[in-house]
Amino acid sequence: MLSQQIVNGIMIGSVYALTAMGATLIYGILRILDIANAGAYAVGAYAGWYMYSVTENILLAFVFAMLFTGIIGVLVQKFIYFPIISKPNVIAIVPLITSVGLFTLTGDMLRLIFGPNVKNMNMTFKINAVEIGNVRISAEWIFIVLLTATLFFVLWFILNKTKLGLAWRATAADTEIAKTMGVNVHISMALSYVLGYGFAAAAGTMVGVLYNSIYPTMGDIPSYKMLAIIVLGGLGNPLGTVVAGIVIGLSETLVSAYFGSIMPRDVIAFVVLIIVLLVKPSGLVTRKNT
Amino acid sequence: MYLTVVSVNIGIFILLALSLNIITGYAGQPALGHAAFFGIGAYTSAILTTSYGMNFWLSIPFAFIMAGIMGGFLGLISIRMRDDFLAITSIGINFVVVAIFQYSDFFGGSLGISLKRPYFFGMKVTATGYLILIGLMILGTVLLILKMKRSWFGLALSSIRNDETAAASFGIDVNRYKVLAFTLGTAIAGMTGAVYAHHMTFIYSSDFAFIVSISILSMVVIGGIGTIRGPIFGAILLGAAPELFRFFADYRMIVYGGLLVFMMRFQSQGFLGYDSVLVRAFKKLFPGGLKKKEGEIIG
Repeated sequence: MLSQQIVNGIMIGSVYALTAMGATLIYGILRILDIANAGAYAVGAYAGWYMYSVTENILLAFVFAMLFTGIIGVLVQKFIYFPIISKPNVIAIVPLITSVGLFTLTGDMLRLIFGPNVKNMNMTFKINAVEIGNVRISAEWIFIVLLTATLFFVLWFILNKTKLGLAWRATAADTEIAKTMGVNVHISMALSYVLGYGFAAAAGTMVGVLYNSIYPTMGDIPSYKMLAIIVLGGLGNPLGTVVAGIVIGLSETLVSAYFGSIMPRDVIAFVVLIIVLLVKPSGLVTRKNT
Repeated sequence: MYLTVVSVNIGIFILLALSLNIITGYAGQPALGHAAFFGIGAYTSAILTTSYGMNFWLSIPFAFIMAGIMGGFLGLISIRMRDDFLAITSIGINFVVVAIFQYSDFFGGSLGISLKRPYFFGMKVTATGYLILIGLMILGTVLLILKMKRSWFGLALSSIRNDETAAASFGIDVNRYKVLAFTLGTAIAGMTGAVYAHHMTFIYSSDFAFIVSISILSMVVIGGIGTIRGPIFGAILLGAAPELFRFFADYRMIVYGGLLVFMMRFQSQGFLGYDSVLVRAFKKLFPGGLKKKEGEIIG
């Protein structure tokens, strides 16, 4: 029973980490808390659903969702965020309000285009479930965990093994110095948004597959849970985000399994956040150099 | 009658926008969960009048105090956090409060709470009565804000907003003033909630959802953050629009969201904010017509 709960917690936590990864990458470079990432999550889910219902190919659906939403991300960054943060004396609340506006806009636009009803993916898997000892993992989850692991590997590879990733890390460490060293910070920013919105889209599609439902307001709860995770992860730290996502996933699963009636499940992330922030305001994982 | 009811609703929005402006405009703290305190006030008053048989008029100060205490608590959290952390916490508080209203039977659960219309010296309070009450509340709030701006408190707030570290180094007790701004802003929202609950005669958890907080924020930002005229203008504009244009109701959130993005991108001080396009045009038309009174610079 306990081992099953722990496995469930880690699995849902990895999806949370994926959801929050986009916001982490964006915060790492632009120092913007991009709530609109939750909008990208919903847009991605719809894009994935659309592609799946046309082609019946789930991998194609994921690729399409990530590309489509990633391109939107670059446009948003180029035409909305970048001009805003390049103005002199911008206070932190201005880009934040912008992202809230974008988030509200996307949610309602999805409602107007696709209607308020729940859309179903209706995916079928060839295998039923895998049992290891007394832990049972369903086919959807195997698929999702494998996909999440692949995406994290790709991210790790890009950030640590490519020139693009080196440029990204340089920009995240110090934008001005990176500029003087000849790093094209615009490309780093664009990379943040392509990967960021793309990851959010993948997470949205995954949740769509998992719960077989896609609806316009599906980004609401991830919007603040995602923010709780990136804050817990030490803001802008990809590794910290993975840790924090799993911590939140585990605490949600365990608390609701053993103390179910105390509070609604989606509130737990927030309670964990408050406790951690009061005890350790810098987050669970802090960078060595800061 | 219809016009009066609409005016009361707009008046409620004006109060909410003005009170959020104390926190976000004057103290510069990004609070994105204002509807939660509006809701705390509404539920406090509703439970006191329905379950404990308290007089409506007496329940208003209770709603004021209760929301103020909770807001002060958020202020205490904000001391420990940077701006953007606070934004997240306040969104979270909004979701948690709504969830508690919805799950707990004490707060009516999924049935909401139905209320009776209150009496004023034996007469049932009508829509006109509410309009007068709201009008008086707005007047009181505006006078309070005017007084606050000229006081040491107001000066301390604007110094915190412009540069918190510098303010602290000049010996301003940043923490105390932040918590005070939170307490005052949320208490006014709570008081408004008490009137809202009895005006609507029915409240339900989703009346105070995150989306309502966004609407209030839109009014402040679109009108002109950090001024008095701005939030009033914003609340009238966004509050009256769904009534004037019926088709608008279905597209409300899309318009709010779009306006927020548009304003932040091109005119982050709002339509009537300090040095906005409209205000500059007005000053060109009437040089020396407007006294130099709004000294705030935002964005």
